[in-house]
Amino acid sequence: MNARAVLTIAGLTLREASRRRVLLALGVLTLVLLGLSGWGFSRFAAETGGSLTSGEARLTASIVLNLVMFGYSLIAALGTAFLAGPTLSGETESGIALAVLARPIRRSTFLLGKWLGLVVFGSGFVVLAGLAQCLIVRASVDYWPPEPTKALALLAAQTVVLLTLAVLLSTVISPMASGVVSVGLFCTTWVAGVVGGIGDSLGNDAVARVGSVSRMILPTDGLWRGAMNAFQDPSALAFFGDADAGAFPFLSMAPLTGTYLAWAVVWTAMVWALAAVSFARRDL
Amino acid sequence: MSQSDLREAADLVAGLPPTPAVWCTGLRKRYGKRTAVDGVSLEIGRGEVVGLLGPNGAGKTTVIKMLLGLVRPDAGEVMLLGRPAADPSARVRVGYLPELFRYQPWLTAAEVLALHVRLSGVDIPAPEQREALALVGLGERAADRVGGFSKGMQQRLGLAVALVARPEFVVLDEPTSALDPLGRVDVRDIVLSLKSRGIAVLLNSHLIGEVERVCDRVVILDRGHVAASGTLLELLGQHEVRLHLTGLPPAGETRLSAAGRVEREGEWFTVALPVDDEDTVPDLVRDLAALGVRVHAVEPGRISLEERLLGILRDGTEGGAA
Ligand SMILES: Nc1ncnc2c1ncn2[C@@H]1O[C@H](COP(=O)(O)OP(=O)(O)O)[C@@H](O)[C@H]1O
Ligand SMILES: [Mg+2]
Repeated sequence: MNARAVLTIAGLTLREASRRRVLLALGVLTLVLLGLSGWGFSRFAAETGGSLTSGEARLTASIVLNLVMFGYSLIAALGTAFLAGPTLSGETESGIALAVLARPIRRSTFLLGKWLGLVVFGSGFVVLAGLAQCLIVRASVDYWPPEPTKALALLAAQTVVLLTLAVLLSTVISPMASGVVSVGLFCTTWVAGVVGGIGDSLGNDAVARVGSVSRMILPTDGLWRGAMNAFQDPSALAFFGDADAGAFPFLSMAPLTGTYLAWAVVWTAMVWALAAVSFARRDL
Repeated sequence: MSQSDLREAADLVAGLPPTPAVWCTGLRKRYGKRTAVDGVSLEIGRGEVVGLLGPNGAGKTTVIKMLLGLVRPDAGEVMLLGRPAADPSARVRVGYLPELFRYQPWLTAAEVLALHVRLSGVDIPAPEQREALALVGLGERAADRVGGFSKGMQQRLGLAVALVARPEFVVLDEPTSALDPLGRVDVRDIVLSLKSRGIAVLLNSHLIGEVERVCDRVVILDRGHVAASGTLLELLGQHEVRLHLTGLPPAGETRLSAAGRVEREGEWFTVALPVDDEDTVPDLVRDLAALGVRVHAVEPGRISLEERLLGILRDGTEGGAA
């Protein structure tokens, strides 16, 4: 691996993102979401000023914070998945990659550079937007998540997992299709996670297994649940009672386990390696 | 290892004949059921300018891509500037203008060159990069986004990209396909200047006249095979004879056709000779005279590359049908 070439390609990918106005579009979307949620939170604080117990306020803040964070992770998922497609398979289709890959660089170097650029872009976005959101929540309803660093890191990890999948897909299928499929899978595992949660709360093992299996196949939902757990107030679960909270999509029962995190890392490495093999074998 | 051993080894290496710019053998590539390239071997020496000719779909682009490691051959070996083509560092001194040329539309022309310089790992000072742009007529447009370039301007940019990193071997796949007549002259001048500087060039072009003017050697591909290859002299040399004949009986015509493809203009017969040995023409004249033909004139002719190419491809087609 040639570190200079990796960084050059990563820098190029970031420059592409900024010049193609993806960054601008994301920025505008984020500002809208930040503004809306800020307004919502402050209305909430004003109207319920005295009537909610602080436990209820924290619970509501937790839920709404998780909900808005889900919005960001969705934006990040869409943004990176639809950036990964054009930047990889789009370039191989249009011929841009021909001249670049005729240079003395390995295909895997090129792929690592692209991936790194996307990782910086995607996780940079969720971390910045997420942090801004946390600050807004603190300013409006005076709620601060128990483990903000962990939560933001997990949100970034979720983005990395998804974009690695998008990179793999874009080495095999067309740019548009890879974006659609990876976002589709992302949403599917999320729904499967919610279904599994409902299964849990009903004590139905078969249904509960849907969630745990999908969480193994694509670790985005598991990481997302870990992130939620770190954003939400610990008392929120106690308020609902364990069984009911499990069925609720914007609360998470348990913190992330180290094993699961390790699995997410292994999963990402495996998918990346698959993408590298698939890309190296590809005829341009 | 001692100092003297090292020096000896260095002398030994320096004494070796220079490795060819590119060497390949038995290249084969199938796309699904279609065999695009079937057993192509070729060699281009350092500083040699070689033309790659052949009809559409002959496999020229596929061969070029296999030489550059962009397409994986099903069989065969490639050595690029003395290294196996699978080793990316073999391409440090290679410049390439693809047939399908596209460059990052969100970058400026100068940024595209800077990117390729950085990826090549060769240190090229900025003024030299600007020179490369000026050479292809884009000196004024260095700061403009590639997205706003016309097809022809993008092809010019592609030429600059191919030339910028001080290559020792330049591969141009249809470099004039989008260029105006002036641009074609520019390309010819560029290739001639590369040749004068001892840089090897592989030129795939449909402008046969240009190929004839700049190339030392020509490789003709047809349906994935090398149909012919050699220097222009070998390909075009004494391969044609013009005869002025009268009193030609049918047997005489048969004898002429046996010697090669015949074209008739009144009493003048042009025979394209498939083999070029010392006996063909004397034997033909002797046999014609024996048949009672009056031979007024025998002129060796040199056919143009275009005629030769068409002849080879036509024969190939007949051979394929037979
Ligand atoms: N990526 C590809 N997929 C399928 N077939 C291809 C591909 N590239 C080339 N071919 C086929 O291989 C043959 C040779 O193509 P090519 O090398 O581009 O020819 P040329 O450059 O001589 O016009 C053609 O029949 C073409 O259809
Ligand atoms: Mg071609």
